[in-house]
Amino acid sequence: MKSPWIMAAALAIGCALPALAQDKVKLVDVIELSGAGASAGTNFKNGADLAAADINAKGGILGKPVEVIHYDTQTNPGATRAAVQRAIDEDAYAILGPVFSGPISASMQISQRAEVAQIVAGEAAGFTQQGNPYIFRTSLSQSAAMPKIAKYLKDTVKAGSVAVVWVNNDFGKGGRDAILPELEKAGIKVAADIATEQGQADFAADAIKVKNANADAIFVYLNEDESARFLRAAKQQGVAKPMIGETTLLGAKVIELAGDAANGVKGHVGLSVDAPLPGLQDFGKRFQQKYGYVSDHNGIKGYMAVHMVKWATEKQKKLDRKGLADTLRGATITVAEEPGILIDTTILKNGDLDRESFLAEVVDGKQVINTVLPKLNP
Amino acid sequence: MAEFVAFLIAGVATGAIYALAAIGFTLVWQTSQTINFAQGEFVMLPAVLVLLAVKLLGAPLWLGALVGILAFILVFGLGFKVVVVDPMIRHGVLPLAIATMALSTIMKEGAKDGFSAEAQNFPSFVPTGTVEVLGAAVSLQHAAIIVVALAAIGLLQWFVGGTRLGRQMQATAQNPTVARILGIPVERMVLLTFVINAALAVVASVLISPLYLAKFSNGETIGLFAFIAAIVGGFNQVRGALVGGLLIGVVDSLAAAYVSTQYRLAVPLILLVAIILLKPEGLMGRKEERRI
Repeated sequence: MKSPWIMAAALAIGCALPALAQDKVKLVDVIELSGAGASAGTNFKNGADLAAADINAKGGILGKPVEVIHYDTQTNPGATRAAVQRAIDEDAYAILGPVFSGPISASMQISQRAEVAQIVAGEAAGFTQQGNPYIFRTSLSQSAAMPKIAKYLKDTVKAGSVAVVWVNNDFGKGGRDAILPELEKAGIKVAADIATEQGQADFAADAIKVKNANADAIFVYLNEDESARFLRAAKQQGVAKPMIGETTLLGAKVIELAGDAANGVKGHVGLSVDAPLPGLQDFGKRFQQKYGYVSDHNGIKGYMAVHMVKWATEKQKKLDRKGLADTLRGATITVAEEPGILIDTTILKNGDLDRESFLAEVVDGKQVINTVLPKLNP
Repeated sequence: MAEFVAFLIAGVATGAIYALAAIGFTLVWQTSQTINFAQGEFVMLPAVLVLLAVKLLGAPLWLGALVGILAFILVFGLGFKVVVVDPMIRHGVLPLAIATMALSTIMKEGAKDGFSAEAQNFPSFVPTGTVEVLGAAVSLQHAAIIVVALAAIGLLQWFVGGTRLGRQMQATAQNPTVARILGIPVERMVLLTFVINAALAVVASVLISPLYLAKFSNGETIGLFAFIAAIVGGFNQVRGALVGGLLIGVVDSLAAAYVSTQYRLAVPLILLVAIILLKPEGLMGRKEERRI
């Protein structure tokens, strides 16, 4: 006699579960909270938390509160795969992160198989060239950024030769492979091609090699902590040539860690709280108020990622995982429509982005934006 | 030539740090016949504690440094011996070695959770700049590391060999039973060894953190290289740790310069294997025989 009741109860609970899952918008952030990517990951996490707080203060998404759960990937591809699988098993509506390109490449097939959108912060060109319709960037890809840097080296820095210092991981290797052809096209000679290791602590030998290469400029493409260590080592060795880089060289965290050694560094910046855009500046102030330090580009990416989910969900007017990815693909999100996106952004079909970017310089320990560069396809 | 000299001096500076940490390995080995696998974390933690003291107390750097360093020496000099070594050594050296592995994880995770997972800026007491040595520009930071580290090691050597207290310490390390019969306060000597180890770790930490930044994971690299240095130089000799540290630092720097950065770690490891095969007691170590 008991079994029909038990079956009925089980059925009722089974039917109720999806409804319970829909009571909130559950986002799982698989992110580097320890290991070599801890600085970047912590910024992304804080940005995502700030976005969730802002959205919930205004009534959530379609009236449902946003919940962001963070799982530490330890900057380890294996742990990232496990975290993404856990997110899928726990019915995440969308996955945020990670930041490092290697762990992204190692884990994105899992979210693709589950047809769940994964909104990441990596910059390596490769992972959006594999036909995965569920992967979305929050930053410009290297293939978009490197031509701008080569042009900057040629026209502004007037460099005839460049020493390239890069980190030997997916991010660094992708950047190196993207910049070398651009330098060649611009007629700039590569005076030294120096690989370094992720998590490397001692950069004295690399700084000496750079100094002895006697290039007109140095292109530095390392992760944040290593960028700061390299800048310090270069200053200790008396390297006086212009240091040019991308967002990871001019970020707030690098400036804080490198101290005086960051002054004079120049380059291309995809996102910055100092950019002449009210949304970005306001975000920067509120982030600093809440966390007590200046957000780097990864903090902005975390904030944008949650707002990309918000915009697409409100656009499709339902919590549909697959529909979320379909809505994001090919979309243009404007600040007028969704202020939390902070800067007008076009999402290409492969998950790459097109938007304005900036040329910046570090002056007296602060990032100063000199020029606003237009979208590649305005 | 100038380029080679620059690489050499950078290597000597890094090697001096490895030597300070490697001496810690030999001191603990001599007094407890075990390996302190938390030695790298001993070098990582003082810088973190200094920054933590500055943050929590809102104190100026000098006061934070004083509080952080004293707290470290108290907890990881005195405390390490009383809480970890004394209770575990009765059960043999293997449980103690395993306990130091646990301590290493606790120190690393404690620094991460109690302070920060992110790297932090650590101020340098040396101004930025270079001096010319044999045509090569040598950074003042590297020059200071070499001078201070070698001075600390020289002071230790003088203390051990040239003072009554030091000779008592040495006697305790060589044969505690005979030392006790001769009236040497063995327990106090062992404690002194652990305090000296903690003090050397503080020196290494303060010297290297302005370059490596203060981060919970710094001990991994330093601990590994110092361990290799101690084996290469000779685990039972302080001067062996000095030679091993300098050699590993120079080999690492030259490997990064003339082999490749990717394979720089492999070169000291190859040297380690060669030493184990050809001179297992280390370059400066003395042979030890034990009855099992």
